[in-house]
Amino acid sequence: METYTAMRHFADSWGLLAMALFFVGVVLFVLRPGAKRSAEQAAQIPLKEE
Amino acid sequence: MNYPIETMALAVGAFAALLGAAFAQDSLFQAHMWVLFFSLLAGTIVMLRRAQFAPVGVTVAAPRHTEYSDDVIRYGVIATVFWGVVGFLVGVVVALQLAFPDLNIEPYLTFGRLRPLHTSAVIFAFGGNALIATSMYIVQRTSRARLFGGNLSWFVFWGYQLFIVLAATGYLLGITESKEYAEPEWYVDIWLTLVWVAYLVVFLGTIMTRKEPHIYVANWFFLAFIVTIAMLHIVNNLAVPVSFLGSKSYSLFSGVQDALTQWWYGHNAVGFFLTAGFLGMMYYFIPKQVNRPVYSYRLSIIHFWALIFMYIWAGPHHLHYTALPDWAQTLGMVFSIMLWMPSWGGMINGLMTLSGAWDKIRTDPIVRMMVMSVAFYGMATFEGPMMSIKSVNSLSHYTDWTIGHVHSGALGWNGLITFGAIYFLVPKLWGREKLYSTRMVSWHFWLATLGIVIYAAVMWVAGIQQGLMWREYDDQGFLVYSFAETVAAMFPYYVLRAVGGGLFLLGALLMAWNVTMTIRGSQREEQPIPGSVPLPQAAE
Repeated sequence: METYTAMRHFADSWGLLAMALFFVGVVLFVLRPGAKRSAEQAAQIPLKEE
Repeated sequence: MNYPIETMALAVGAFAALLGAAFAQDSLFQAHMWVLFFSLLAGTIVMLRRAQFAPVGVTVAAPRHTEYSDDVIRYGVIATVFWGVVGFLVGVVVALQLAFPDLNIEPYLTFGRLRPLHTSAVIFAFGGNALIATSMYIVQRTSRARLFGGNLSWFVFWGYQLFIVLAATGYLLGITESKEYAEPEWYVDIWLTLVWVAYLVVFLGTIMTRKEPHIYVANWFFLAFIVTIAMLHIVNNLAVPVSFLGSKSYSLFSGVQDALTQWWYGHNAVGFFLTAGFLGMMYYFIPKQVNRPVYSYRLSIIHFWALIFMYIWAGPHHLHYTALPDWAQTLGMVFSIMLWMPSWGGMINGLMTLSGAWDKIRTDPIVRMMVMSVAFYGMATFEGPMMSIKSVNSLSHYTDWTIGHVHSGALGWNGLITFGAIYFLVPKLWGREKLYSTRMVSWHFWLATLGIVIYAAVMWVAGIQQGLMWREYDDQGFLVYSFAETVAAMFPYYVLRAVGGGLFLLGALLMAWNVTMTIRGSQREEQPIPGSVPLPQAAE
């Protein structure tokens, strides 16, 4: 198969799936139970200095 | 002797530039090498005058070793103000050149050469210096660590200024790769790559040596900006020079591949230079100025990932109705429209950080500036996806509407958030209690906002009129207007645009004055902004 065609097929199948799954994983991780508290702590970082 | 290697490197570089000028293959390269020679020579002389020949072991005036390394950031803030004024001034000049073509002074000061000077001065010189300075300030505070790499940050700063000087003089000489926002030729590109890698090392090194366990979200945005710009810059500038001592090179790509690579670069310069980097500024300076944590930290993380996953695909919308395959155009359009969500999520996050402190918009002109900036971010990121829709684009493309859109984003969002950051930083960096004048910040705010509103509104009218005139057919199928007629019809709008740009420049000059006086440590005698200090109450 031509390189272009091979890469194009990969991009719109497994590549797309992998990136979509990664993104969904990130969103689920951010919204996991218990994340609220650590997020609130992280949000305070700029206010701790000076 | 202090800084022996740095001074030697500058002297050797100056000599190499001299050789470059002597053996140049074309006159443009020769002229450019003379510019480089005199720049490096000036640098060498400055370094030699600073030399101290104290015996080893005796430390002369031991350098202050404060907690954070802020000297380079002070230089960066001054450079930002300086290049900002230069960039806006050239902008007003090119706007007037369009209205009054007699102002084109051949060959060096024609519109064709000054226009890239304007875009690069505001994006890379003003915006780039702002990003480098603020990112170095923020990464130290939020990591609670000193800048990594010692004097490497000075190399980043001065190396970047040298890039700006070479790019700017190259445009005026007529040296160009003809790629929008990527005009510098191959040797300047290689230099920027070196500087950028050093920047990445400084930034990433600081994060790696942090004492704060969590990496604050602003640093994520800055890191995405640095890494992506490195990738875009290298790929889009892959080129073969005609001669190693010549100013001309040819791109590795040709035809539509070249066009797509260019707009993959161009749009992600918007997405990662002008958006991700400046969002890093937003996520630090707005919480600091209103003294409240960001509205939703978790939203900011989702904002980050959604933005970087989507922006990278939006470039093809610059190539609607061209030789680019239809599926790629549609892909670009769909991803541009999807970008509405993260953009507005980020805008809401920035604005809602003020919840419970909305009164500060009235009492603190710096907060007002930051809020207006985020509002313009929202407006520009609404307009952009709309213009990427093919049927809208068929009207808007190649017209002044596009220029208006870019300026509401660049002047409104990037400009105002940078001004806000500068007003926040200057008293802190120079240890002043407050700015020279708060009322002048308010004046700057109104001048800048009025300037942008005039500019954007005029360009909407101009662009839509242009688009409609270009596509108007009579009943026999002939075009109604010749191109020159559509140009002549733009005259009043071009004059008004220069007025809008002039107001924006006036505001920047006020800022330059205010910043200078603050650095010198003076205070203007003025009435405080109503509501900013509690009124004295009568005793009961």
